[in-house]
Amino acid sequence: MEKKATRESYGAALAALGEKYDFYVLDADLAAATKTSVFAKKYPERFFNCGIAEGNMMSVAAGIAAAGKTVFASSFAMFAAGRAFEQIRNSIGYPHLNVKIGATHAGITVGEDGATHQCNEDIALMRTIPGMVILNPADDVEATAAVEAAIKHTGPVYLRFGRCAAPIFNGADYKFELGKGVTLKDGADVTVVATGFMVHIAMEAAEMLEKEGISARVLNIHTIKPIDDALLIKAAKETGALVTAEEHSVIGGLGSAVAEVVSAACPVPVLRVGVEDTYGRSGTVPALLEAYGLTKEHIYQKAKEAISLKK
Amino acid sequence: MDKETLSTLEGTAKRIRRGIIEGVYHAKSGHPGGSLSIADILAYLYTKEMHINPQNPKDDTRDRLVLSKGHTAPALYATLAECGFFSPEELKTLRKIDGRLQGHPDMKNIPGVDMTTGSLGLGISAACGMALVGKTEQKDYRVYAVVGDGESEEGQVWEASMFASHYKLSNLCVILDWNGLQIDGPVEKVMNPTPHDKKLEAFGFNVISIDGHDFEQIEAAFTAAKACTDRPTAIIAKTVKGKGVSFMENQVGWHGKAPNEEEYLLALKELQ
Repeated sequence: MEKKATRESYGAALAALGEKYDFYVLDADLAAATKTSVFAKKYPERFFNCGIAEGNMMSVAAGIAAAGKTVFASSFAMFAAGRAFEQIRNSIGYPHLNVKIGATHAGITVGEDGATHQCNEDIALMRTIPGMVILNPADDVEATAAVEAAIKHTGPVYLRFGRCAAPIFNGADYKFELGKGVTLKDGADVTVVATGFMVHIAMEAAEMLEKEGISARVLNIHTIKPIDDALLIKAAKETGALVTAEEHSVIGGLGSAVAEVVSAACPVPVLRVGVEDTYGRSGTVPALLEAYGLTKEHIYQKAKEAISLKK
Repeated sequence: MDKETLSTLEGTAKRIRRGIIEGVYHAKSGHPGGSLSIADILAYLYTKEMHINPQNPKDDTRDRLVLSKGHTAPALYATLAECGFFSPEELKTLRKIDGRLQGHPDMKNIPGVDMTTGSLGLGISAACGMALVGKTEQKDYRVYAVVGDGESEEGQVWEASMFASHYKLSNLCVILDWNGLQIDGPVEKVMNPTPHDKKLEAFGFNVISIDGHDFEQIEAAFTAAKACTDRPTAIIAKTVKGKGVSFMENQVGWHGKAPNEEEYLLALKELQ
C-alpha cells in the first residue's frame, strides 16, 4: 500500500486549494517540516513566517480572522496546542474566530526527537475549548479532504497531522463529512474505535480477531469534536464492547470522548489503547509503537478483554 | 488646537470618566485606575482620529482599536457609549449576569469592540494581524493597540513588536499607557520593563513620548504616527493612574476596586 505522511498532505492541500479559496498561512519557523513551505512557494504574498514565537502567531491569526480573512496557523502540535494553548483559548476560541490550526508532528510517532516533541496531550487540551472542531485524519486522502472541510467550516478548527508515513487506504471516491465517523468494517462482537495513525493498525487488529472467529467492527473517528455520538451509541448497543485506539494519551483524547458518550447513553465496557500516563522517548516509529503499546497485537488483546467484560 | 476643540475634548473625556465611575460603581468591581488613565487618549482617538461607524460597527473600512490592556474595559465601554454604539445607561449593566458588557472586552456581543481581550499580551498581537491584513489587501484603515506598562512585562508584547517591525506595519500605532502602577505596586519595582523608548526603538518602532493627558501633544503624536509610512509607531504616554478623581490618582489600591457610595458621589462631583 502506498504511504504518505499526513503533514505532506497538509502542505499539498494548502497549495492546491490556494486558488479556489482566499486564505492566509502562518508558520513559526517550521514551514519546511509542517510543509506549509509548499504553499509559501506558490503563494508567497499570502504566507507569513512569524518566527519562533508561537503565542504571538496564534493571536496574530486571531487578528487576521477578525479582519475578515480565513487563516491557517502552523507549528508542531506541542508548540501549537501546548505552548500556545491560552492564546488559542482566549484569542481564537472565545471569540470563535475563523482560524485553522495546522498542527503537525503530533503524537509518539514524532520518533527520534523524543519526549519534548512528542505531543500526546493536544487532543485533550483542544477538546476543552468550547466550539473547537478537532480533525485527526488517518491518511493522505482523508487529510486532504479535512483541509478543505476546515476551510468550509466557519469557526476554529484544530487539524492534527503526523510526521511519519501512513498507508493510504481510502480511495479517490472517499467522501469526508465533518462530524461523521466512518464504518470501515462491520462486526458484531466488539467495536474498535480508532483515529488518525491508529486506524490502519485497528484494521489489522480486526483481521487478527476475524481469524479467531471474532467479528470486530472498525470505526474511523476523524472528527474528535464534535464526535459522532449516534455512530458510537449504535456500536455500543450492537456490539456491547468498545476498544479505542489513538496515538495520544489515554487521558482526555478519543478514549475519554468515547467513554463520555457511551457511559451516558449505553454503558458498555470501553477499554483504551493509547499512550499511558507517561512521557515518550527517542526511538524509531516501530520501536516506539511497540514500547508504548500501540500495535495491532495490543488492540487485539484489549478487544478480547473488552469482550470478556461484557455482561 | 483651537480653544473650542480643546474644550469639547475635555468635556468628552469627563463624560468618559463619569461613565467609568458609573460602570465600576454599579458593578461593585472592576478597574477604575487604568481606565481613568487612558480616558483622554480614547476621547481623542474615537472623536477626532479614528474613522468609525456606530451605525455599522463592523464596517470593513473602519479604523480598529484593540484594548490590549483589556481590564480597562470600563474606559472602552464609556467611550463607545459616548460615540453612540450603545446607550450610556447600559454602562450600569457592566459585569452583570444578564448584561452584555463583560468584565473584559467581548467582540462577539458588544457593538464597537474590535477584539476580545483580557489576557495580557494577546491584544497587541491581534492588532498586528489586523494591520497585516490591511497592508496586504491595500486597505487604508489604521489599527490602534493600547498596551499597559505592566502588560509590557509579558514576553508576547515583544514577540508582537518584533512582528510589527518585521512586516513594517506602518498602519499600526501602539499606545503604551505609562501610568507607573500595576497590581502589586510601582511597575519599576515589581519587574522593571524600562526603558520603553530605547527598547521600542531597538525593536524598530517610530517612538514618540508624550504627556497622555495633554490633548495638543496627543494630537501631534497621532498626526506624526500617520505621517510615518515605513514602520510602526509607538506612543509612550505618560499618564496618571486614576486621573481626574483626586483620591484615586497614583494610588495602587485603585487598580481593581470599586468605589463605595460616598466615594462614587465624590468622584462624580469632581468630574462635573
